[in-house]
Amino acid sequence: MKTWSLVSICVLLGVVVRWGVSLNSYSGAGKPPMFGDYEAQRHWQEVTYNLPLQEWYFNTTDNDLNYWGLDYPPLTAYHSWICAYVAKIINPDWVELHKSRGYESPTHKLFMRTTVLVADLLIYIPAVVLYCLYLTDGSSKKKISTLLCFLLYPGLILTDYGHFQYNGVSLGFALWGILALGLGWDVSGSMAFSLALNYKQMELYHALPFFCYLMGKCIKAGPMGRGLFLLVRIAATVLATFALCWLPFLSDPSQALQVVRRIFPVARGLFEDKVANTWCSLNTLIKIRSILSGDSQLYLSLACTFLAVLPSSFRLLTKPTFWHFKLALVNSSLAFFLFSYQVHEKSILLAALPVCLLLNDLPLIAIWFLQASTFSMLPLFLKDGLLVPYVVTSLAFLFFSLYLLSALDHCSEDELRMGAYNKLLFFLPKMDLACVVRWKFYISVAVMAVLSIVSIALVPPPHLPDLFPVLVSTTAFLHFFGTFVYFNVVQFSEPPSRKSQKKNN
Amino acid sequence: MAARVDIGFWFPALALGVSFLKCLFINAYHSTDFEVHRNWLAITHSLPVSRWYHENTSEWTLDYPPLFAWFEFGLSHVAQHFDRNMLQVENLNYASPSTVLFQRLSVIFTDVVFIYAAKECCRCVQEQKGSRDVLNRPSFVLAVLLLWNFGLLIVDHIHFQYNGFLFGVLLLSVAKHLQVQTSVSSDFVSTKLCSQHLQGALLFAILLNLKHIYLYVAPAYGIYLLRSYCFTQDNKDGSIRWMSFSPLRLLALGSIVVSVCALSFGPFIAMGQLPQVLSRLFPFKRGLCHAYWAPNIWALYNVLDKGLAVLGVRLKLLEEAELPRASMTGGLVQEFQHSVLLSVSPSATLVCTLLSILPAVASIWLRPCGARGFLRCLLLCALGSFMFGWHVHEKAVLIAILPLSILAVESREDARIFLVLTTTGHYSLFPLLFTPTERPVKVSLMLMFTIFSFTGPLLRPLEVVYLLGLVVVAIACEVVFPLSPWQQRLPFLPLLATSVYCSVGVCYSFLRLYVRLLQRDDKPKQL
Repeated sequence: MKTWSLVSICVLLGVVVRWGVSLNSYSGAGKPPMFGDYEAQRHWQEVTYNLPLQEWYFNTTDNDLNYWGLDYPPLTAYHSWICAYVAKIINPDWVELHKSRGYESPTHKLFMRTTVLVADLLIYIPAVVLYCLYLTDGSSKKKISTLLCFLLYPGLILTDYGHFQYNGVSLGFALWGILALGLGWDVSGSMAFSLALNYKQMELYHALPFFCYLMGKCIKAGPMGRGLFLLVRIAATVLATFALCWLPFLSDPSQALQVVRRIFPVARGLFEDKVANTWCSLNTLIKIRSILSGDSQLYLSLACTFLAVLPSSFRLLTKPTFWHFKLALVNSSLAFFLFSYQVHEKSILLAALPVCLLLNDLPLIAIWFLQASTFSMLPLFLKDGLLVPYVVTSLAFLFFSLYLLSALDHCSEDELRMGAYNKLLFFLPKMDLACVVRWKFYISVAVMAVLSIVSIALVPPPHLPDLFPVLVSTTAFLHFFGTFVYFNVVQFSEPPSRKSQKKNN
Repeated sequence: MAARVDIGFWFPALALGVSFLKCLFINAYHSTDFEVHRNWLAITHSLPVSRWYHENTSEWTLDYPPLFAWFEFGLSHVAQHFDRNMLQVENLNYASPSTVLFQRLSVIFTDVVFIYAAKECCRCVQEQKGSRDVLNRPSFVLAVLLLWNFGLLIVDHIHFQYNGFLFGVLLLSVAKHLQVQTSVSSDFVSTKLCSQHLQGALLFAILLNLKHIYLYVAPAYGIYLLRSYCFTQDNKDGSIRWMSFSPLRLLALGSIVVSVCALSFGPFIAMGQLPQVLSRLFPFKRGLCHAYWAPNIWALYNVLDKGLAVLGVRLKLLEEAELPRASMTGGLVQEFQHSVLLSVSPSATLVCTLLSILPAVASIWLRPCGARGFLRCLLLCALGSFMFGWHVHEKAVLIAILPLSILAVESREDARIFLVLTTTGHYSLFPLLFTPTERPVKVSLMLMFTIFSFTGPLLRPLEVVYLLGLVVVAIACEVVFPLSPWQQRLPFLPLLATSVYCSVGVCYSFLRLYVRLLQRDDKPKQL
């Protein structure tokens, strides 16, 4: 079979699965007065369509910021505005000011789901296809297998098509950036990444690796001359892209300031709900939020995040290769997820994207992490009534990625890049590493399965109503932390693969 | 060719993958067939056997043969653990989430029969030597064509029916016959031959008592078994040797068929309900064509009639007031009067059908070409009945598509016919899913299946042009038409265009298949 037909079959399969998930319920369906993210997105369409741009981010009589006020950067707002135009043509009731609040109907659901699919087809999916075809090693069959697994990652599908969000857009832009950097087009890559940043501020999780990679490259090319020229070009591109996105808000400094204030809500606390990061997991032992004041919480998390990001960024700065870039993306986003302030459970998708990039290089660990990341959002999916799609897509992803990438056969010490571990842990008796890792994997999958079944089937004891979500988030946290340590060690050990470096030089 | 084909790990992977996909469609649109089957669950669960074929609280009365009723009876015992309310006959249009879940899962789980049958079929195909790549192996291609069949996916798992399980029985029975051929060279020929033929016959008898639509292919079975099983030897030139007739074998065959039918219909004959059951099974009060015309000869016939009528009025040969007024595809008017051409009666369609399959049946009687000859005859019977039958459903085209997959992976010539037939046949299923929500699913699945089947330059230019025309029809019907002013005045126009356009392709494939069969007659024994 030809490559193009296999690629199109994979993409179509990805579309079918996405649409199959989207037939299910969404967040806050039929739950007044606040509904959920679905209503938030619809409300932004309503606001951006009906109000002048100057009022979008301000609390006015027509714009109640306490009811899903816009809190994403301008590109999101523009996207909502475009969608609202289409909505207006189809049915004006959908975006009517005030009156359309909590609007729900099957046709409207179809419209909203279609907007997600269109955005995905335009931005995310092409980037995935190109990445897998041009930036992964191996035979074309191997590439196609990676592509299929990449496209079928359940976490993103369930959040975008089940829960309802547009993560595909920001992640897609970031992926375009990574793709361009991998192909050596640094300037267009930084532009794509600026767009991602302007769509969702959470893309800052990826910003440091981008910065360090490009900076390191410039330094390597000679701080004067070519390197400086490249730096100037990149800086100019980034500034121009930002200026373009923020153009309407720049006329008045108070406007821009208000947008920034909306985007970074410092007042919302160290963490919300049950999120699988350090603070929430630590909370079961120590009640940090009652011990420390709000400000010191902020500084503590800032300091921790900074310390956690530092090693991988430094390493990338000195060794700006694409392989290190990918690893640094994982490390940085995981560090932010684990330690930073005000993290949502869905932010794990930002770490999942770079891990997807490693599906081809480190299949077992990548699959393991991706599975854990989907699992960490279980309480959210259960709340949204996405039980069946969660079970189906997770099982399918687990089975097919293991089978297609033959992950369980590729876990020797060398293939897992674990040489450094043995040096670190020289005092332990020598064991068959592949076997140990495999067993750890089996046990971890079994634990996740049991916890999933328990949270679905059992009623928690009355004095511990949050028992299962806490168990889920703590388990997921352990996985994430383990992965974080692992990837840091891998980044500091010598890259044994030749190809990923060759491609870069 | 005696060795059975090795089925790698890919077969379970394909089967598992498609089963996961089916689970995603649990919340998709389902047609009234969902309520039909829920009602049957309720009838068989809550009423005594004697009432099964008399019950008519719901308009969807039990109209499948008794074994299927027993199948529903068995399902209902599982269903009561999901939601007892679905088992009450008075609960019309009951579709609670757990009812939906149960019914959908019952289809997915009974598909295990289909998966098993597909596996058996994959083991019978002839492998080319030297092709290493899994993706190009005929058995892999066949597994995809069967398991991931577009028509079956949307008809069973979105529209809602139990075809997968029924086709499983059919394919299993076909596989039994194919295995006879592949094991000819072994030593224990006669005993093995016997048991495989008899197993095939038994399975088919059961199938007939599950759903009587498979009567379409019964002639092929009858003649083939009589010719190749009851006569043990042929003359040198392949013609029949009358002396080799084995009454014992006929007796064995007959007793199997009779006992299955007795088991199924016996209780109703004993209760004196046979006429009632039969009137439910064969409702000839329905019209020549289903509400949405199946792409067959009668679709072309109807259009020709309509065209002539319009032409006649234009040329002032006919009075408009004299013409019978009926909306042909409205679904309300069951009896449709042709205005210019002769009206078609049920017996006329029966004669046409019999005439159309006669050459095929005669050919396997005169020159049996082994199990593949039988399969070819089965296809022609299925397509012949589809082309000329009374009140044919568009879904019936699957009876030809699925068995043709087996032939298609073995020869390029058959693959060509397969491409035309599946693409048109599958496209003609599009109107089944008319809800906009399911549109992306049907389009993507259809494209997936079609892209997979089109592997090389097999088709002739004209065929390519015809199939590309489908894209034009699809865009016209699904995108342009809803926006055009005709939407209000002629709502049935897209259905009409679809069935007429597709019927051309189906007719063409039917003729090509016949040509293939008759060509083979000249060179028997060549495979």
